[in-house]
Amino acid sequence: MENINRILSAIAAIVVGSGGVIGLFFLANYLVEKLPRKWRSQILPWVYTLPAILFLSAYLVLPTLRTIFLSFFDRRSTEFVGLENFQFALTDSSMLIAFRNNMLWLVLVTTISVGLGLAIAVLVDRVRYEAVAKGLIFLPMAISFVGASVIWRFMYAYNPPGAEQIGLLNAFVTGLGFEPIGWLVNKSINNFALIVIMIWLQTGFCMVLLSSAVKGIPQDIIEAARMDGASEFQIFWRIIIPTISSTITVVATTVLVLVLKVFDIVFVMTAGNLDTDVVASLMIKQMFNFRHFGRGSAIAVILLIAVIPIMVVNIRRFQQQEEA
Amino acid sequence: MTSKNITNPKQVKTRQSGKKPKFTNLIAKTPVHIAVVLIALIWTLPTVGLLISSFRPSADLLETGWWTVLLHPFELTKLHLGNYGEVLGSEGMGQTFLNSLIISIPATIIPIAIATFAAYALAWMRFPGRQLIFMVIVGLMVVPLQMTLIPVLRTYNDLGLAGSFLGVWLAHTGYGLPLGIYLLRNYIGSLPADLIEAASMDGASHLKIFTRVIVPLSTPAIASFAVFQFLWVWNDLLVALVYLGGNQDVAPITLTLRNLVGDRGQDWHLLTAGAFISMIVPLVVFFALQKYFVRGLLAGSVKG
Repeated sequence: MENINRILSAIAAIVVGSGGVIGLFFLANYLVEKLPRKWRSQILPWVYTLPAILFLSAYLVLPTLRTIFLSFFDRRSTEFVGLENFQFALTDSSMLIAFRNNMLWLVLVTTISVGLGLAIAVLVDRVRYEAVAKGLIFLPMAISFVGASVIWRFMYAYNPPGAEQIGLLNAFVTGLGFEPIGWLVNKSINNFALIVIMIWLQTGFCMVLLSSAVKGIPQDIIEAARMDGASEFQIFWRIIIPTISSTITVVATTVLVLVLKVFDIVFVMTAGNLDTDVVASLMIKQMFNFRHFGRGSAIAVILLIAVIPIMVVNIRRFQQQEEA
Repeated sequence: MTSKNITNPKQVKTRQSGKKPKFTNLIAKTPVHIAVVLIALIWTLPTVGLLISSFRPSADLLETGWWTVLLHPFELTKLHLGNYGEVLGSEGMGQTFLNSLIISIPATIIPIAIATFAAYALAWMRFPGRQLIFMVIVGLMVVPLQMTLIPVLRTYNDLGLAGSFLGVWLAHTGYGLPLGIYLLRNYIGSLPADLIEAASMDGASHLKIFTRVIVPLSTPAIASFAVFQFLWVWNDLLVALVYLGGNQDVAPITLTLRNLVGDRGQDWHLLTAGAFISMIVPLVVFFALQKYFVRGLLAGSVKG
């Protein structure tokens, strides 16, 4: 009985939550239709766009401005402290380690998942079981960072030497005759162990986008090159890569932005211990564990500054699209 | 006939004017096959290991690796469903599974409604500031969520929205809108103008054009965004963690799973079953609607 109640209240919550908004649109539209024709065409666009504008302002624009403002204040946002928080954010040793780790994440995840994604996209184009292979590699896209973290914690599981290994990787390592490795506790390896998870998640994304770009290359061009005696490697470097370079850029920037904000994997796997923190996970630490809103905001502002170039490029690209 | 299907051996043969016999070709392709199969296998193993382990009794899990099950594939007595019962019942994942549904469904439908109306207005209505609004939306797509957490959480605490479903629905709506409007405006903007003009000639109101013409024609784009937003919300940890806090009554499955990792990190029978329960819904959505998901990826791969 209790279970049925729970399910019923769940359904009620879903219906009210979803239906409410759609109902509001129809009500607003109905009211505007009652107005004189002259006003109607001026007001209607705003009826349609205003909810979106309100949401974007309330959840993105205003909080962003507010965070910039808060980054100049102390932990309780009462006293103005100038650039103190930024001084902390750019010099504290925990932050410096996070910056180093973030650079590792950005460089390794982006180059390897884009590179591997491209290689798979080209290879998979030549086998008949393409759809199956792509599906399997793409599948991690559906898995949450938390789920992926559990999967990989199991892969990295460690038992002391002599005991039976239940983690696949250590079973492999000990099978080759080596000592088991503490993947997540060894400070020279743990960051790479976390980065591997992100690569596992993102390669499928890169592969799908790059594969559709590779398929878009006119076959005649490749045929002509082959006729002229170009090797497959020459075709790859001289034709495929230059032709799809713009897609590669888009995919790489998307991965960059995603990696920059990565927080879940670190949070679940190591909680940032043993030098594995990244900038985004330190921001959450400052906010929750230390309750220092000034420093938390300053770290968030640093993340924002890092994505501004990408933002500008995207807006430019959009303007060119509109003109074309 | 285009020569897209270069895997067809006959075509390859004619193309190379028969110089190489069939089997050289086969050998030449062996490395490709090995590479593709190997990569696909490596990519699948971690998930397969999790799935198999989730059916093994806790004692077995701690003693031997999951791959040993493959050596005795017919000893089904070694497998059971008890882990799932335990994690759903005594660990409370049944309730949080429901919570995840309660959070994800409205947090997908509300932004779809708002984004579709806005996208239609931005694409087909003339009003001042329309280009500027769209440009701001393109910019907002990459703003890190971290920029918004502290102010929104404070406002939520003042308004009493923290720890409520309504609070998370609205937050996910705000965060999902930029991508949604971007995808839908591009799609709706590319619909033929004649169609919309013809409808308005016939005296159809904007609402009628919207519900009778725009929405039916835009279903592929709406579906893409729906799959995206649903997966994003279902898999989200950050927004739930910040705005729902420690309130276990409303926690989604990702949060419970994360707490399970923290509290019972060595209880692999619970972790594997729990992780798999959290993955079932997104995997089903993903496989059923992969076509739309990929289309959405292709159209909007700029979201941060």
